[in-house]
Parts: sequence; C-alpha cells; structure tokens
Amino acid sequence: MSERAAKVTPADEEEQDDDQITDSAAPDAAQEIDAESETTPEPVTSGAEAVVRALENAGVEHAFGVQGGAIMPVYDALYDSEIYHVTMAHEQGAAHAADAYGIVSGKPGICLATSGPGATNLVTGLADADMDSDPMMALTGQVPTELVGNDAFQETDTTGVTTPVTKDNTFSSHSDTVGSDVSEAFALASEGRPGPTLVDLPKDVTNGETDREPDAPSVPETYEVQERADEEIVAAAAERIENSNRPAMLLGGGVIKGEASEACREFAIEHEIPVITTMPGIGAFPEDHELSLEMAGMHGTGYANMAITHCDTLIGIGTRFDDRLTGGIETFAPDAELIHVDIDPAEISKNIHADYPLIGDAATVVEQLAEAVDESPEATKWRAQCQQWKSDYSMAYDAPEDEPLQPEFVVEALDEATDDDTIVTTGVGQHQMWACQYWTYTEPRTWVSSHGLGTMGYGLPAAIGARIAADDDQDVVCFDGDGSFLMTLQGLSVAVRENLDITVAVLNNEYIGMVRQWQDAFFEGRHSASDYHWMPEFDKLAEAFGAAGFRIDDYDEVADTIEEALSYDGPSVIDVHIDPEANVFPMVPSGGDNGQFALTEDQL
Amino acid sequence: MKRGLEGPPPEDRPTPAGRRNKQGIRIDPEVEATHEPRRTVISALVAHEPGVLSDVSGLFSRRQFNIESLTVGPTKDEDRARITVVVEEPDPGIDQIKKQLRKLVPVISVRELEPDAMQRELALIKVDAEDPAQVSAVADMYDATTVDSSTETATFEITGARQKIEAAIDTFGQFGIREISRTGTTALARGTEETAAAANATESTATEANRDEPYQTANDD
Ligand SMILES: Cc1ncc(C[n+]2csc(CCOP(=O)(O)OP(=O)(O)O)c2C)c(N)n1
Ligand SMILES: [Mg+2]
Repeated sequence: MSERAAKVTPADEEEQDDDQITDSAAPDAAQEIDAESETTPEPVTSGAEAVVRALENAGVEHAFGVQGGAIMPVYDALYDSEIYHVTMAHEQGAAHAADAYGIVSGKPGICLATSGPGATNLVTGLADADMDSDPMMALTGQVPTELVGNDAFQETDTTGVTTPVTKDNTFSSHSDTVGSDVSEAFALASEGRPGPTLVDLPKDVTNGETDREPDAPSVPETYEVQERADEEIVAAAAERIENSNRPAMLLGGGVIKGEASEACREFAIEHEIPVITTMPGIGAFPEDHELSLEMAGMHGTGYANMAITHCDTLIGIGTRFDDRLTGGIETFAPDAELIHVDIDPAEISKNIHADYPLIGDAATVVEQLAEAVDESPEATKWRAQCQQWKSDYSMAYDAPEDEPLQPEFVVEALDEATDDDTIVTTGVGQHQMWACQYWTYTEPRTWVSSHGLGTMGYGLPAAIGARIAADDDQDVVCFDGDGSFLMTLQGLSVAVRENLDITVAVLNNEYIGMVRQWQDAFFEGRHSASDYHWMPEFDKLAEAFGAAGFRIDDYDEVADTIEEALSYDGPSVIDVHIDPEANVFPMVPSGGDNGQFALTEDQL
Repeated sequence: MKRGLEGPPPEDRPTPAGRRNKQGIRIDPEVEATHEPRRTVISALVAHEPGVLSDVSGLFSRRQFNIESLTVGPTKDEDRARITVVVEEPDPGIDQIKKQLRKLVPVISVRELEPDAMQRELALIKVDAEDPAQVSAVADMYDATTVDSSTETATFEITGARQKIEAAIDTFGQFGIREISRTGTTALARGTEETAAAANATESTATEANRDEPYQTANDD
C-alpha cells in the first residue's frame, strides 16, 4: 500500500462513541462498531440524503461541482455533510478536477452537475477519464421521472449521451435504491480496471422519502475481476524472460493504478532489465535510474524507441498499446515476443498480439513473475547497447543566450526548483510533450495529464483537483499552453477563492503550437487557424482574478521569477514567452516506424 | 541556432528483421498472414434491465464490429434476457467482440456457439396472390404457414435457418414480393450443452481469454 493510501482519514481520527457498545446486543457487532469508531448518523429521510450517505460511507472527503435545478436536492443534503465541496466555475473543470483527484489519491474523484447543460458539460471530462482509466464518479441531476422523455426544461438523455464514455452508468429509478446505486457506482469506478461511472438522479427520486440506508459499496455479481494470472503461462513467460537476450519492460498507467510500481522496480533492478514507460506510465519507474529509457512513442526518447524496436522480449504491464505509443503496428517491436500483463482481458491482443497473455492485477502478476524467474537474462551486451543509444540520442538541446527562450530550459528550471514529489499537470500540445521530456519524474502519481483523449484545457482544473488530493507539503505545478489555458482559465477564480497553492507556467508561443509544428512538417507551412498573433497578458489576467501574475521573456529572469512564483502562497501564473518556433523532437509521424523517429524537421 | 536534436539519422540506424500484420501478430516477413472474416453466432445472457440493448448495440457501432443481426428476448428467468448476435469478422475481431461484450456490466456471460448450433429465424413474406394455387404450392415446399390472405395478397410465415428463408424469398420472388419482415437469427446450443450459462456456472472470460490465446513456450534466439 502506498504511503498516501495509508494516510489517516479524518473519519479514522474521530472520537470513539462508547454509548454505541451498550446499545448493541451481540458482542461481535459491538466490536465492529467500536472499530469503526463513528457516531451513529441520523437515519436518512430522503433519496438525496441516501446519496450523500453513500458518499460518506465510501469515505468520500471532497467533491467538485456546479449547482443547478435538478441537482439541488443533493446539494441541499450535502449542506449538512462533512464532505468538502469545491464549487467549480465550469462542469468540465469539475470533471477534470475529479479525474486528477482520482489519479493523485487513487480513490474515485467525485463530480456533480445538474441535468441538461450541466451533464453535457461533463462529457469531455468523462471521456478523458474513460480513455485514461481514471477512477471517478459523476452524479448528475435529472428532470423528474414523469417528465423524462417529454423534452422537459434542461432534459438530456444523460445515460444515453454518456454510455460510450463511461465504464458504467445508471439511471436511478427509486428513492429506496438510489443510495445503493451510488455505492455500486463508487465501487465500480475503482474495482478492476478503473474508469468513470455516472449515476443520473431524477429530482423526484432525490426528493422522495425513504429511510433505506444505502448498501455498502460493492460491485454487481456480474462484474468479475481476475487477480492472479494463469500459473502455466506465468511459468512459460518466466522461461522466456530467462532465455531472452534483449529484454525490455514497458510500464503503462496500469502499473501506477495497480500500485505495482514498487514490484516493477524491484523486478527490473533484480534482473537488470531496461525500462521504458508509456506516457500514462510516467513515474512508474524513476527516470534518473540507469535502467530507465524514459517514454517511448510519438515524442518518446530516441533511446526508448530504439530499445522498443529492437528488443526480443517485451514485458508490457498495464498498457493498452495505443497508436501514439506503437506507431505503425507492422513495425512495432517486430522482433519481440510479447508478455502482456493486464487486468482487462479485452486489452489482450486487441492491438498487439500477446504471446503470453497474463490477465490479472499488475502488482500480483509481477510478484508471480518475480517468483517464477530464477535466473536473470543474459543481456549484458543489450544493456550496453541501450546505454550507447542513450548517449547517441541524447535529449540535450541547444539554448543560446542571444536567441529566444527555449521551453526545455523552463521545464528543467522548474524541476530543479521543486522537490521530487512535486505534481505536474498539463494542457495538451507541445508544452505537454516538453513537460514529459524535460522533467525528471521519479514517483508514481506525480504526472497528471490528458493522455488518451488529449484534452486542451485539462491542466488548470486538474491542478485544482491534484492540489486538493495532494499532501500539504507537495508542490503542484501546471504547464499549460496559451491555447489550452484559454480553454479553462475561468478555473483561476476557484483557485483564488479556495486559496489553492498552485503554480501555472504558461509556455506561451502565441500559437496552437503543436498544430503549427504539423503544418510546417506536413502542410507546407500553411498556418491555417493556428497562429493567434495575439494573446491576452496572462500575468495581468491572473492579477485580475486575484492570483499572482508573473512574466518571463529572457533566460536571466527564469530562476528568480520561478522562485517568486513558487513561494507565493496561493495560485500564481507565469506567462513565459518562449521561442514561438520551437518544435518537439524526437518525433514519429502518425503510423510511422518508431525506430525511424525524426530528430530534426528535415527527417520527417 | 540548431533546431532539433543530435544523433544518427534514420537511414544510419539498424532495422529489425521482423514485421507484424495489421492484427499485431508477428509474421514471417515473406508471407503475409491474413485472417478472413467468418460468420458466427454469439449468445449473451444479460440482466433484463433498461438500457442493456442500447449498451450492446452501441458497443457494436462504436467499435465498428460487423453484425448481420441482433435479437433479444426473455429467458426462463425473468431477470435475464438473451441476446443473440450474428457477426462476420476475422478471428481477432470475434475475440474482441466476446471480450468487449463480457466487459459490459449487465452482461452475465458470453459464448460463441458451435457451427452446428440450432439457428432459427422467422420471416413474414407478403406476396401478390394472383395465382393462389401456385403460391400455395411454393408455401408448402417451405413449410410456410398462411397468416393472412386477401384477394390481392397472401402473407406467409416461414421459420428456419437463414439459408432456408433466403431460398424461400428467392422462390416467392416470382410472384412479386410486396413486403418482408425478418426477425434475425436466434440460436441455442445442441443437446445438454448450455448456450450462455448463468454467472459463475461457466469459467470467467478472463480464463477463457487465457485459453483462447495459444502461447508458445520460449523458443530461444
Ligand atoms: C479540446 C481540444 N481541441 C483541439 C485540440 C487539437 N490540438 C491539439 S494540440 C493543439 C494546440 C494546443 O495549443 P497550446 O495549448 O497553445 O499548446 P502548444 O502546442 O502551443 O504548446 C490543438 C489545437 C485538442 N487536443 N483539444
Ligand atoms: Mg501555444
């Protein structure tokens, strides 16, 4: 269990109530109550109270949302609850904040919205969480049952709209069962492969009377999760590892979600196997370790892409082999036998054929493999080759003082100025890639980004959610793009109101930079709708919101301004004017061959 | 200023010998292995609750699985319904369909039926009845029941495997078909075999997936 998971929750610290014990007849039950050490809550009287009770029973401490007609009964019940609600400026922000909260804490983040536009505003955030398998639960208000289907005011078929972008969703049909619906959705969000769930709450159901306490969170019987992989295949995979000469581990987001980072580290180090990560897998293995080759894929390091292309055995753990990672399937790890560890059977052989399918919980299966592998592979030459690639394809960049500020320098400077446990969130675009490439991640749950959906605007609301989930002494830094920041910067009002200590560094190129880079490479430099020409002054804008605003134009301002922004107690925004022509390399074009990554534009 | 990064250019890098096909399966670079689509029947036992059918049909359209027909109906247990889908996909696609279906929370179990499973479809065929004698001769040939007749039309009910229905439609064609309505295929496994068993009575998809994927023991290189 991680340190964070073991953290004492306020509920645990509450005073014991001795009266409880005398009330109870059976000694066993008395002990149970004693262990829970909670005061008996008032019985529920309505569906809405049952909803809130379900959240409390599940240990929920925070929620993010926006009020509105159909969800008002739930908010009214929340008024009396210990659950801390963060009122967001936009429902998309509520969803991203809940998503980030889930990533950082490992427990489902909760977001609330009203029916109609409230619910549809959540959709991007749900889709984002679905793509990245982040634990999260949305509660949406709905028009009263008798009006459903009549195109009532603010009616949207929320379960219909969100089915393709949720792990599961439910339309609550009765006040007596609504609390249990929420408990079940909460359990489903994190059990097995995590993902977003949604419960749609018609107003008559939440307003309706009930004295039924919600069931404890548990998944439905039809939902089965396999924890341990088939021993026979484990043995075969172990033999393959022992006999390999060019092994590599590929750690995906599932390693972090499955709390398997420690087991993977031990396994890799014990058997001296080079480690590659996917983008969601960043933080699963310390990037400053000799065995680390960092991230592979479209903007992965040259050495990771060389290693993944030339390995003979690939141990992929908790990864779904997304096309941004694999490039063209035909040229992906073409010499490798694949050992694929995943908790979701549907990921096995979906994109890349698994020679050794190991279905189960990442931490459990890695332990199984660790037990089964007796001898380390004979891979001295391969490791030397990987080290050679590390120096051949170094990520060192050119940053002459008399040229415009290079973004890589800014990322490195912020990394240097903060502790290892600092959480980084991002928008989507070039700045996101620089944040992956030039920050050295060493801990799981410190990299919080929109991977699968690639949602511009994710950065700031994610920083809000991450800040609330993080330990007080952890820093939270958001690297945003100018375009991405514009999409959700209303969240600054939340950060100021809640006095959240976050530092936003806007890598401002006055461009939809990633698109501009592609246009230069693939569309003859025709900058259709990618050149903003002009951007608001983000430092002044921040000040208008009541946050601290800073601006950087030159190298000599970087260190001091970063120091000032970080030490400001509250939200700060640094408008960093970077070289607008800066590009992200290495780069594998879509569907390309990972081993043929371009290091410069003319190689594309 | 130099843009980009240093390092050997693509043409100077070693390239691996292997290749994969579109399904991500490693292949001998010389022989391109392809999986041909095949028609098969998948039966799923699901919780009988609102939204299941749309979950299932949504899954098929979202993931671009090719389906020939999809039917749903109650079972002996009022809390359960059976969905029967006829699909046409290459093997890896069929495998994905089964796993993705099983992943839906209200789905209890999923099975691909043997090719010899009992498969039936019902069709209503409305034809011009200018020549009643000949029309009823054809109807007899296919064991069709007359459901309705008027001076101008006759409507028949035909039950059978898909091939029989197609053949009947072909033959009735000579009289002029006014309208057809077909139910799509429903199916059951033969004998004592269970079609798609209730929860826990079968092994989990996870175990099935493990078994479906033949694995090789290490072949050294
Ligand atoms: C919501 C959304 N709309 C559009 C895109 C397509 N897109 C990808 S990157 C990008 C540019 C982002 O610009 P900016 O935030 O300034 O980042 P930069 O690339 O300049 O660092 C765009 C438009 C997206 N990913 N998300
Ligand atoms: Mg930009």
